[in-house]
Amino acid sequence: MTRKVYLDYAATTPLAKEVLEAMKPYFSEKFGNASSLHRFGIEARGAIEKSREKIARMLNVKANEIIFVGSGTEADNLAIKGFALANRQKGKHILISSIEHKAVINAAKWLKNYGFEIEFINVDRDGIVKVDELEAKIRKDTILVSIMTVNNEIGTIQPIKEIARICNEKGVAFHTDAVQALGKIKIDAKEICLLSGSGHKVYGPKGIGLLYKRQDIRLEPLLHGGGQEFGLRSSTENTAAIVGFAKALELCENEMEKESKRQAVLRDKIIEEILGYDFIKARLNGSKQRRIFNNANFSFYGIEGEALVLLLDEYGIACSTGSACSEKTLEPSHVLLAIGLKPQEAHGSLRISLGRYTSKEDVDYLLEVLPKAIKRLKKITPYK
Amino acid sequence: MLYSKKVMQHFLKPKNIGKIKNANGIGKAGNPNCGDVMYLYIKVGKRKRKGREEEYIKDVKFETLGCAAAIAVSSMLTEMVKGKSLEEAKRIDNQAIVKALGGLPKEKFHCSVLGKEALDSAIKDYERKKRKNQTPS
Repeated sequence: MTRKVYLDYAATTPLAKEVLEAMKPYFSEKFGNASSLHRFGIEARGAIEKSREKIARMLNVKANEIIFVGSGTEADNLAIKGFALANRQKGKHILISSIEHKAVINAAKWLKNYGFEIEFINVDRDGIVKVDELEAKIRKDTILVSIMTVNNEIGTIQPIKEIARICNEKGVAFHTDAVQALGKIKIDAKEICLLSGSGHKVYGPKGIGLLYKRQDIRLEPLLHGGGQEFGLRSSTENTAAIVGFAKALELCENEMEKESKRQAVLRDKIIEEILGYDFIKARLNGSKQRRIFNNANFSFYGIEGEALVLLLDEYGIACSTGSACSEKTLEPSHVLLAIGLKPQEAHGSLRISLGRYTSKEDVDYLLEVLPKAIKRLKKITPYK
Repeated sequence: MLYSKKVMQHFLKPKNIGKIKNANGIGKAGNPNCGDVMYLYIKVGKRKRKGREEEYIKDVKFETLGCAAAIAVSSMLTEMVKGKSLEEAKRIDNQAIVKALGGLPKEKFHCSVLGKEALDSAIKDYERKKRKNQTPS
């Protein structure tokens, strides 16, 4: 049987066993609706509020500043659209980086239909947001800046502390999509107005996300109904997923120091070896230093990413690509283009993302198999 | 995206990869900006069929930069045209390639068009060279 090696943790993570155990009672035994007055409801409410407090503590914020939503995408949508709609009398100018997740980009673009002006902030060749450009682009009518904490494709860590300081000085709200950062790096959300997170990127369940909203920030809800989650996200709370999310984040926090070091060693081994290949030209996409410990992203010259991913899958290795051929839109990754890659370089990209269950043997297997896969495609391509 | 069995077969074990040294027709389609480039090399020969002399594709090889679908299209195309007369080869269209591959995802149809373009381009190149050689110097 083919060995199976999962190296796509930036796409999603498996649910930790401990998380599954924590969730189990809330599917059948403790099934109550948290809005109910009776003991079933009280039980569910208690579990939700305990989870909220746990997460708030980790982010160094207050419990009533954490709103549970259905996904990271929903958190981004609530942050961007919800803020814009609630604050439109203050201005209609919104700044986002050119490497944001589609959830932020498309939520912001949608706002254009309602008279908002969206402006992009460029990144340098290393994939780091140009802070001076951001500062220069903030206007009197700028109401919101949204810059992700860690990029999902190239893993670059953005200077959000500095950006938060600038935004606070200028009196502009700052949102950060921290979906790829949460559980991996320590985040103090106090200085930030809005922050998005997602359960399934941190060994928690899919279908749960969170938005941290500083107390003084006003949002317009996207869902109207029973008024759950401080009136900002009507829907019966997904108790099991909320409990799982909090448990998952707790585990991440406990293992953060150990895992960040362990995975960084594996990542660096991958980077060093691949950049040393003499049979193909490879480049590392994104800063080598300012990069999350589990991400490596390469462009290979003369081969195409989708083909490489499918060939690696034949060897049992799972990773991903920013090639257009993997997208329904047939556009290469906007992130790779934003850091100045030519389209053909973007087509030849490969993202390897490690996680808690990645072993040294997994990495050895990748490094054994990747040259074989590349050489097979080299035989086929006209670009030798 | 889900590929048919046939596409995966041709992608994983493509037939007729490489160049033909003394190819008398070379076709190219696509460009690296779009992520797909296909080179098709043909060796056209002459044979007698039903008492008539005809030109046919004696050998064909390809080189492709592209996704699994583009590689599978190239490989399938070479299998389809090998041994065909030039006239028959000209009649192969992209639909025929898609059909032979057991279908392609909609967003990959352009790969089959690319295959057709590479074939047309190779045949045109052959005919151009032939005319050139026939022109008295």
